[in-house]
Amino acid sequence: MAVAASTDKVVIHHPERPAIWKSLAGFSQNFLVRRLFRAFLTIFFVTTLIFFLVRLLPGSPIEVYINQQMTQYGYSYDQASNQARALFAIDTNQPLVIQYFNYLGHLAQGDMGMSIQSPGTSVGSIIASRLPWTLFSVGLGLLIGFAVGVGLGMVMAYKRGTWIDSALTSIASLTHSIPNYILALLVIVIFGVRLGWIPFTDMRGSLSSGVHPGWTFRFFADALYHASLPIAVYVLTQVGGWMLLMKSSTISALEEDYVTAARARGISEFRVAVLYVGRNAILPLFTQLTIAIGFVVGGSLLIEPIFVYEGIGAELFKAIQGRDYTLLQGIFLMITTCVVLANLAADLLYSRLDPRIRTGGS
Amino acid sequence: MAEMSVGLEPQVGQSAVIAVDERKRASWLRAFVARNKVGTFFFILLLAIIILAIFGPWMMPGDNPTNVALILSPPVSGHPLGTDYMGKDVLYQIFHGGRSLLLVAFLAALLSTVIAVVFGTLAAIVGGRTDVVITVITDVVLTVPQIILLGVLAAYVTLNSPILLAVIIAATSWTTLLRAIRSQVLSLKEREYVEAARMLDLGMGRIMFSEVIPNMMTYIIINFVIAMTGGIFSQIFLYFLGLVPLSGDNWGLMIQQAYSKGALFYKDSMVYILSPIVMIVLLQLSLVMVSRSLEDIFNPRLRES
Repeated sequence: MAVAASTDKVVIHHPERPAIWKSLAGFSQNFLVRRLFRAFLTIFFVTTLIFFLVRLLPGSPIEVYINQQMTQYGYSYDQASNQARALFAIDTNQPLVIQYFNYLGHLAQGDMGMSIQSPGTSVGSIIASRLPWTLFSVGLGLLIGFAVGVGLGMVMAYKRGTWIDSALTSIASLTHSIPNYILALLVIVIFGVRLGWIPFTDMRGSLSSGVHPGWTFRFFADALYHASLPIAVYVLTQVGGWMLLMKSSTISALEEDYVTAARARGISEFRVAVLYVGRNAILPLFTQLTIAIGFVVGGSLLIEPIFVYEGIGAELFKAIQGRDYTLLQGIFLMITTCVVLANLAADLLYSRLDPRIRTGGS
Repeated sequence: MAEMSVGLEPQVGQSAVIAVDERKRASWLRAFVARNKVGTFFFILLLAIIILAIFGPWMMPGDNPTNVALILSPPVSGHPLGTDYMGKDVLYQIFHGGRSLLLVAFLAALLSTVIAVVFGTLAAIVGGRTDVVITVITDVVLTVPQIILLGVLAAYVTLNSPILLAVIIAATSWTTLLRAIRSQVLSLKEREYVEAARMLDLGMGRIMFSEVIPNMMTYIIINFVIAMTGGIFSQIFLYFLGLVPLSGDNWGLMIQQAYSKGALFYKDSMVYILSPIVMIVLLQLSLVMVSRSLEDIFNPRLRES
């Protein structure tokens, strides 16, 4: 825990640094400004990385595409690059710098080009139709996993040394070390095919036929039914990590003076557990949220195809296998943006829960 | 005795404190086994898997012919684990499929640990703008979902060599360890012996490699083991995505083919599918448990919990 807590402080002692470094360092003193800055840089990094991969890497997809158009259809270079421009939203006839800024401009307007494999479909429309399902399932999985992990972690800390603790610790270690895609395969092979307990073929897709999105109970129940297997896997693979973290965090919170003081004042043990121990023990876990969010979102890339859930992960899986570069770039950018926003939300919540963060930790 | 390593501050640097002479070593080992039954079990299991992976191809020489008459067979005599979608023996693939997986995982873990240790230590010791730049870059790369970054990057290159595979895995997996190392060094930096070395003006490289890093060695080793599990996870992930050339024998490839050829949904193929899965789960589990018991030994405060 000490590891995570102290990494964010950037303390600099050099008196002779130039102004820009001074302002950067000053920037980094404020938690939220620093996080906003990081969010901006992350999105900038991903957009630039994509541009680099598309335009500057030898044998990049845009060159391959142009050459293919020229040899297959006998197009001139200009014609072929016009075709490429329509697909990639990048004009290869312009100087590189202009290309880069044009590309950023297109992105700012939401133009991510056209899919290579499904001609005539814009990347934006594919993402818009698939992303909500992933946000729903991954978001719910994260919330449930976090809540269950925190609860069980506290139980483990309070019952430490008993059989409950050792049983839960074993379960946590086991689920924590099984890769999420393997867990998904095991669910299908054992509970779906062998035992026949889970009707996994019926649960494929994101909705049953005949059910339409709307504010109806039937829609929500059906959406939950189809998302339940991915959600179960997201929960199982992260809950172990949260349990172990919360256990050690609770144990150190239990040693604090304010807990002893609260008990001495005769406050009921349950109130102490929730308001004094739990509230403080949960704080260090927030520093791990960035990694957890990224991990669960990344997991969707294999979990969704395995369960044939029609979210953005399954779409990215297809795009990677079919080398649909425009689509995979768009999804990559979109997923990163979502993760960055989720992180910002978690940071906001964290700084509300722990005022020490805002004032620089002193 | 394992308790010998109890220091005042149990984060790092414990190995340096342990000074076991030869006579005490046997009793130390016995005490260790008695205290860490679970840890010892998984350590032996890990050794067994590593031995199988390295020597497997020599234990079961010859080739593995396809057999169209015996496709997706359940276990039969001659094929104790059944056959795959081309009628190839599954046991043979288990014996041959671990070596490259472990090799690449080892290389990837080594590379990412080296990156994390060198730049994490550098950031903490040099401080100033070096620290700001390294921290900002790390934070940015850390925020991008690692496994998606890996999948997207791998789609642009042809992963035709184990080295390249290890490099691309390492390139996306050094971030968390770098942050951890940096904060460890920040606390080590305040210790007297590092202050003394700085007073003596011993030079940055000398301080890094002969004062700071040796005192983090147990911490680094524990994290190297954890990085191995990451290397295995990422590798099988890339196999699953079909981004690694589909040739040779590899447990990851076996899983990918069981999935893509539909053997997953075939009741008779259960043993075939479970074989690589069990190997990988045991490998991952033993690595995690070994890293945890190493932590128990060198960070005794956790043990009371």
